[in-house]
Amino acid sequence: MIRLSNIEKRFGELTVLKGVSVTVAEGRVTALIGPSGGGKSTLLRCINLLEIPTSGTVRIGEEELSFQPGGKPTWKDIQRLRGQTGMVFQNFQLFPHRTAVENVMEGLVTVQKWPAEKARERAMALLHKVGMAHKADAWPATLSGGQQQRVAIARALAPSPRVLLCDEPTSALDPELSGEVVEVLGTLAAEGTTMVMATHDLRLASRIAHEVVFLDGGEVVETGPSRELFTHPKRERTQRFIATLTQQGQQGEGV
Amino acid sequence: MLHWLTLMADSLPSLLWAALVFTVPLTLASFALGLTVGLVAAVVRLFGPAPLAAVVRFYVWIIRGTPLLVQLFLIFYGLPSVGIVLDAFPAALIGFTLNVGAYTSEIIRAVIGSVPKGQWEAAYSIGMSWSQAMRRTILPQAARVAVPPLSNTFISLVKDTSLAAAITVPELFQAAQRIVATSYEPLILYVEAALIYLALSSILSALQVRLERRFGQYGGFLEAKS
Ligand SMILES: Nc1ncnc2c1ncn2[C@@H]1O[C@H](COP(=O)(O)OP(=O)(O)OP(=O)(O)O)[C@@H](O)[C@H]1O
Ligand SMILES: [Mg+2]
Repeated sequence: MIRLSNIEKRFGELTVLKGVSVTVAEGRVTALIGPSGGGKSTLLRCINLLEIPTSGTVRIGEEELSFQPGGKPTWKDIQRLRGQTGMVFQNFQLFPHRTAVENVMEGLVTVQKWPAEKARERAMALLHKVGMAHKADAWPATLSGGQQQRVAIARALAPSPRVLLCDEPTSALDPELSGEVVEVLGTLAAEGTTMVMATHDLRLASRIAHEVVFLDGGEVVETGPSRELFTHPKRERTQRFIATLTQQGQQGEGV
Repeated sequence: MLHWLTLMADSLPSLLWAALVFTVPLTLASFALGLTVGLVAAVVRLFGPAPLAAVVRFYVWIIRGTPLLVQLFLIFYGLPSVGIVLDAFPAALIGFTLNVGAYTSEIIRAVIGSVPKGQWEAAYSIGMSWSQAMRRTILPQAARVAVPPLSNTFISLVKDTSLAAAITVPELFQAAQRIVATSYEPLILYVEAALIYLALSSILSALQVRLERRFGQYGGFLEAKS
């Protein structure tokens, strides 16, 4: 279970998250949606502590960490929480100097000190899962965006994180390529992978999210089961946002 | 004409010997040491505490802003006045190391900064510490971009070691000067010395090509912006 309680994040004078509380149950997929600048990425990055919350509490499984303004968490505490997470980035961020399989092995070998052979075995199994085993020895630069993102998903899963965080995993991809990534994420969701993802992709959100959190201006405006929230949003702000998403989806080839 | 050829043949062994025993070791040692100094200085400037970073900035300012020849004279002829007496070779080694350190620190600082921030985040996201991220993710990518400018520094250094002649190091150029003093054939001997420098720097250029090829195998940089 992941529980974010009263997360506040300030960048200097700017308050980007204003006391956000979200709970994600084990094995569930939560989509963060909302207008640009609403704080989705920041909230995700507060879960794996790429951003340190100004105040609030982050709990992932058995590990919990509280933050106070001016306090600085120790490296050990950060690692303790971060170790429970894996992250998929909008721009993939594969290591360009390592082949696909080396990218997936990197965390196991460098951080967890696995022997290379064992790490390679696990990495190959994960590449199989995302349909990239045939490109195991390819350099990232020679892969399509969709292929890179699938390798990145395998890399994030390698250390067996409790939760997979995805920041707009499909938005750098055209509809066809994003289809293959949605496919992979859908399979993971069906297998019970806990996920939190920020997305503008209605297809992605409606297809695999169980819960949806609508974030606007650094606040949770509405949250609920995805079908309900997409079809019968309660708040007017949510209604308006979903209407624009659907429109965009129809105009583009997205949905 | 024949006289020139004989002179060349006669002097070649002693010039090559001077290159082998002084020029080449001086170049290799001061480049290796200077690169280490440069790496430390760059990391301090990028990530270190402000006062230390200021010290590094001061060091780079002094070294880049004053002539290398003056620096060598200060170390070899100047320092004895405050009780620090150095042999010619160590004095030259220190001078060139400090010089290479200052120039390469600027190069290394720039190439480390050129690796996209997302690469740090990707490294952190799979659990790496700062030093693991630096070693495994950032430096290898920075090294690739650094090969051409560092090769420039290296090649300049080979030629700059001729300045050590002025502080009595019997390296290649000084060996040539000494033979000129007895043979009165400056043209032929200085051409000969120049050709040896040219050969040395050509070897380094070839090395650069090979390094670039090796680092280049993984293809273009990903469009990893933002
Ligand atoms: N490092 C930072 N320094 C200062 N301000 C920041 C920083 N990171 C984010 N912000 C600000 O925080 C706000 C929320 O940004 P965030 O990236 O979380 O939004 P988002 O919901 O992910 O938007 P998008 O849909 O465009 O990705 C924005 O106003 C942004 O400018
Ligand atoms: Mg975002």
